[in-house]
Amino acid sequence: MTIHIKNGTLIDPPGLRESNSDVYIEGNLVVGVGRKPSGFKASQTIDASGHWIMPGLVDSQARLREPGHTHKANIASETDAAVRNGITSLCIPPDTLPVIDNSAVVDLIHHQNAKAGNQCHIYTIGALSRALEGGELSNMASLKASGCIAFSNAGRPFVNNLIQRRAMDYAAGQKMLVIIQPRDNELYAHGCAHESAVSTRLGLPAIPEAAETAALAKDIELVAQTGARTHFGQLSCARSVDMIRQAKSNGLPITADCAMHQLFLTDHDIGEFDTNKLTIPPLRSQYDRQALREGVADGTIDSICSDHQPHETDAKLRPFPSAEPGISALDTLLPLALRLVEENLLSLPEVIARLSINPARILGLPAGQIAAGELADVIIVDPDSNWLCSGKDFASRGKNTAFEGWDFSGRVVRTLVAGQVVYQI
Amino acid sequence: MTTNIQLDENGKLQHFLSIEGLNQQILIEILDTAASFTSVTDRLVKKVPILRGKTVANLFFEASTRTRSTFELAEQRLSADILSLNLDTSATAKGESLLDTIRNLEAMQIDMFVIRHKDSGSAHFFAQHVRPGVSVLNAGDGQHEHPTQAMLDMYTIRHHKQDFSKLRVAIVGDIMHSRVARSQIHALNLLNTAEVRVIAPKTLLPVETASLGVQLYDDLEQGLQDVDVVIMLRLQKERMRGALLPSEKEYFNQFGLTQERLSRAKPDAIVMHPGPANRGVEIESSVMDGSQSVILQQVGFGISVRMAIMSMIVGQSGRIAGE
Repeated sequence: MTIHIKNGTLIDPPGLRESNSDVYIEGNLVVGVGRKPSGFKASQTIDASGHWIMPGLVDSQARLREPGHTHKANIASETDAAVRNGITSLCIPPDTLPVIDNSAVVDLIHHQNAKAGNQCHIYTIGALSRALEGGELSNMASLKASGCIAFSNAGRPFVNNLIQRRAMDYAAGQKMLVIIQPRDNELYAHGCAHESAVSTRLGLPAIPEAAETAALAKDIELVAQTGARTHFGQLSCARSVDMIRQAKSNGLPITADCAMHQLFLTDHDIGEFDTNKLTIPPLRSQYDRQALREGVADGTIDSICSDHQPHETDAKLRPFPSAEPGISALDTLLPLALRLVEENLLSLPEVIARLSINPARILGLPAGQIAAGELADVIIVDPDSNWLCSGKDFASRGKNTAFEGWDFSGRVVRTLVAGQVVYQI
Repeated sequence: MTTNIQLDENGKLQHFLSIEGLNQQILIEILDTAASFTSVTDRLVKKVPILRGKTVANLFFEASTRTRSTFELAEQRLSADILSLNLDTSATAKGESLLDTIRNLEAMQIDMFVIRHKDSGSAHFFAQHVRPGVSVLNAGDGQHEHPTQAMLDMYTIRHHKQDFSKLRVAIVGDIMHSRVARSQIHALNLLNTAEVRVIAPKTLLPVETASLGVQLYDDLEQGLQDVDVVIMLRLQKERMRGALLPSEKEYFNQFGLTQERLSRAKPDAIVMHPGPANRGVEIESSVMDGSQSVILQQVGFGISVRMAIMSMIVGQSGRIAGE
């Protein structure tokens, strides 16, 4: 199978350029960009006039709910939702049930993805500790051999700092990336909203900034101590951005991301106990949101993830403190990214870089760029398609959006994964 | 959210969930209506037929003595049929969701729910999910609001002091965990109180409390200077365990209301407490039983105030009464 995508505007994140270039695909690879490779004959031609040609998006944190929570969503439903929304690589954190702490679970996930047609690449993040309980190390070498791309404790606490230090040391010895959601469990204290005038007024158990930053300070020290290459996920505080900036300038092997919703929403959006705005880490202040945006703009925050957490309806139909946290976010990842361009935070190739080549490089994935010899994960986007966001229309099984009623422009019209068209309008 | 589900399209009360979101006019109407009911409670036959044929369900997911009993008395004096459930140990403990509890009770043709629940926002949640025409009254939701308590406190203050715009009011104690304090602060501000003070140790004061429209004090004696009303809050014993305070004794030494400290307030200042009080922890017995204490009056006024709120919901929505 050979495909010629013509007449589109190519968004090239590594080069941070836009150009009118055709793309040539043969088998599962891109074989040429701009110039037709000699002897290339297209068996299919795609006219992308007026559309953008982009690398498929790489989402470094998305929960597909399988295994263990398939009443919320499953691999088939969420990979389908991903490719409909231009996401061609998904990284699953280890807090499935059972936990990704042994090869059987990794195999099960890939088996389920194959059963669903391998529409989307799935990468597993292994547990740093057995059962994520923070007490003993997981079998990292076997997990790596079975395909895990990194290790994380999925935001759950270690029994003590010594065990965390050893887990990071051991992962570093395996030449593996460590992913940390900095979190001090005691300072979280079962809170459900950012500690602010809003939590005070609504009487909601509060989560102070230090619940993230105190943990982050310790985690950064452990990076300095162990040399473990570490990625900090889903940061929410202005002070965290400062700390990452400082640590990077000190030369530590650190990268960071934040969830897309943190760049748009604040604690004020909770309104009168809107459970669709219940997230962990919580929606923070306007000041934090601005600092996160600045961090994304200056590269302190390397990438943006969806932090997709689909839920069944009942999970949110509870009083605020008892509802389950998280946002169904695959359907809004790209349109929100395009808003960042509209709002002049970054150019289009710069934003797409933070959703493709940057996370791909951090995680070591064969994705994120359209160039000869690269895997042909390509999406075509109609920038002028306007739509009204409504959870009920989501491709994801989780209808729990925090962006109900938002006007978006930009829609995926075609998605290719490894040279195969897996979605088209 | 911009819509206020407490008020109907004509600005009349349809649910009573929080003082925040109400206006001065409604608060004053509640106080005036409560005054008219005070005569009912003093009559030999203490009943009026306002809620005759209507069923009120009292759902207490948390323990309560005085709020629950004064609600029940208020309902009886309005001639309602009453279903009181202590759900602390009932279906919810078996895993039934709150929404299912609502649906099941609705099937029993309940017209009005009185709810107390540990989660902040639970009364709003109930109100968002009941059928149109069914009303919800908040009898305390988590650490959010306890609006009927605040209204009976306002009634008590007005009974003794009349004009709020000339008053200095001090609220003393565990603001952090107090739904009563939040409701009182909103109510006092809506009624144009000259100055609302909050006096508390830093560990019992939530962040940015001043944004609610109060002056902050960490010294009881300074905070009591020239106030007209002192409202003491209950100090839960479990606060010692979370390391919020070192000991009851140290708390009493710094924040306990004694006769001597009360002398800094105006000579005719009144002392209030939403109950249940811990003698010797937040308040000295001689103050609690002293001439300036109006604590027992508060309880009595609670019946009239709750009657007023329920009858306003019924009468003015026209839904229950009009059937």
